[in-house]
Amino acid sequence: MERIIVCLKPVPDPKQWDEVSMDPETQTLIREGIASVINPLDKHAIEAALSIQGVLGGEVVLLSMAPPSAASTLREGLAMGADRAVLLSDRMFAGSDTLATAHVLAAGCRWLGDNDLIICGNMSIDGSTAQVGSQLAELLDLPNIMHVIDLDLGEDGSMVVTRKIEHGFARLRGALPLVISVRKELNKPRYTSFTGILAAESKEIKVLSNEDLKISPEVIGIDGSPTKMAGIELRRFERAREKLDGSVDEIVESLAGRIYQYGII
Amino acid sequence: MDFTFSEREEMLRKAVREFAENEIPPKMEAMEETGDFPEELLKPMAEVGIAGVITPAEYGGVDLGYVARTIVLEELGRVCGAIPMAMQVHHMGCAVINDFGTDAQKEKYLTPLAKGETMGCVAVTDPSGGSDLLGMKTTAELKGDKYILNGRKCFITNSHTSDYWVVIAKTGEGPKGISAFIVDKDAPGAKAARKENKFGLRGANTGELAFDNCEVPKENLLGKEGGGLGVAIKTISETGRTGMAAVALGILTAVYEEAGKFATERVLYGKPISTLQAIQFYMAEIYSQLEICRLLCYRATWLKDHGMRCDNEGTLAKYYTCEAAVNAAKTGIEIHGSYGIMKEYAIQRLFRDAMVTVPAGGTGEIAKVVLARTALAPFKK
Repeated sequence: MERIIVCLKPVPDPKQWDEVSMDPETQTLIREGIASVINPLDKHAIEAALSIQGVLGGEVVLLSMAPPSAASTLREGLAMGADRAVLLSDRMFAGSDTLATAHVLAAGCRWLGDNDLIICGNMSIDGSTAQVGSQLAELLDLPNIMHVIDLDLGEDGSMVVTRKIEHGFARLRGALPLVISVRKELNKPRYTSFTGILAAESKEIKVLSNEDLKISPEVIGIDGSPTKMAGIELRRFERAREKLDGSVDEIVESLAGRIYQYGII
Repeated sequence: MDFTFSEREEMLRKAVREFAENEIPPKMEAMEETGDFPEELLKPMAEVGIAGVITPAEYGGVDLGYVARTIVLEELGRVCGAIPMAMQVHHMGCAVINDFGTDAQKEKYLTPLAKGETMGCVAVTDPSGGSDLLGMKTTAELKGDKYILNGRKCFITNSHTSDYWVVIAKTGEGPKGISAFIVDKDAPGAKAARKENKFGLRGANTGELAFDNCEVPKENLLGKEGGGLGVAIKTISETGRTGMAAVALGILTAVYEEAGKFATERVLYGKPISTLQAIQFYMAEIYSQLEICRLLCYRATWLKDHGMRCDNEGTLAKYYTCEAAVNAAKTGIEIHGSYGIMKEYAIQRLFRDAMVTVPAGGTGEIAKVVLARTALAPFKK
């Protein structure tokens, strides 16, 4: 094994979601004052990469498309044990949808060279589209397996992957290189150790802009994104309340009617 | 002056918080019920680096210093005070051997402590009292190549979870008649005796040690014979008191969070009670105490990390923070009303836990004796 890439996305800390609000003008999240954390499923991806590295060796590289401030989140991934990180950061990438993001990540993968395995979290906790992994595989012309819940290394260097499907699971054997997207059932991510934190301080975070990657502006950023946001609104889910009036008999009859109407019995 | 934490310290806090929030709560019910320390947590804590946070790297630790240790203990204490209580005494066990041990003693005892193979324990208090050190009755007499220990130690944290104890005993009379020893729990005549049943910090094991003609090899003398008072005082004042302060700081943080959560969720008169000025004043008091105590705790340990004396500041941090945690928890219970005394709510446990920190590592009165000495020093004629 030469290189395992883990795609990592910094997301707003779920513990602070109550504090996240929406800018009505730009229809984007106001993230000010909200701490960023590693997308939870990406931690499972890092764990998978480190476990494979433990058996087969090679280097584990974190790859992220994010603003420069994401360096501290990448540093946390390095503290878990990854060897180095590449941060793809350019104003031209801003507003990228999943496909444009996949174009940027694919360029980052190509910049790194030959990669044996690319591991993504199945989805991000903020966008929840679960598209980037597959789009990335397509752009790199590699096979993609999603919903991975178990990984075994075959004796012939192949990878035996168990993926969750609707009513069970499917076991697949795949030759490397591969792009896999993992679910939380796959493993328990290790805790960051203090020695890991110390080691991470001297690990490299390489920042690349589009000058390095030279991606056509037509496929990146807000203009290069085929997904156009029509609108976004905050939905509040509250319990329906209804006051029934009338005599006791009328109320009982009305209530019984509602019980049938809502399919409670 | 720089009051900010470094990126390393912030990462450390995040790492401990994640560990503590995931691993400790599932153990808490059993801790409350049995009063036992969850020993299965020791290895994972050591893997993160919690057990060896102040131990030099050559003995398996991470040597991050005392500010880092305060962060660790505060974050553990925010989830459950008993765990950092056990850990802070464990750190005392590490510090005492690192500060006074020979190379051979460090090699033998420090590495397993940092790896979480056993727990550290320092036994100073006799049944005759912990404050009156010179009045202790436990004796050690050199006979041939062994010291023979007789007596009892009480209120000893980690008494039953440690494989070896650092025991302070009398080898003569007066301040120079006290010595420190590393005693193996399996030494002939040594026994972890009664387990105490405390009302707070239940998951931290506290008990008695009994020595009946206990044989301790001569090479287990820690420091010089007659130097035990210095061993005890340095360890208690620098590691013990700053540690107790950090445990109380964690409890105080939890009090603040529980009280704030309840005040904003509980609705009376059609509005959350946090809109009532009486409750706002309570919250302001808790918040102020928390901020004051943070400054005290981190200043004391910052001094220690910079090689400066911190005994006075450590005592101040310990005395003030433990008292503040109790008072804040009481205020927190008042915010909760009757819910505050129900076992379902964490605030009652925080009150019990905070109370246990007060006499641990030196009573408030002893702290005031120390502080009065400093306070009056400039006026001495």
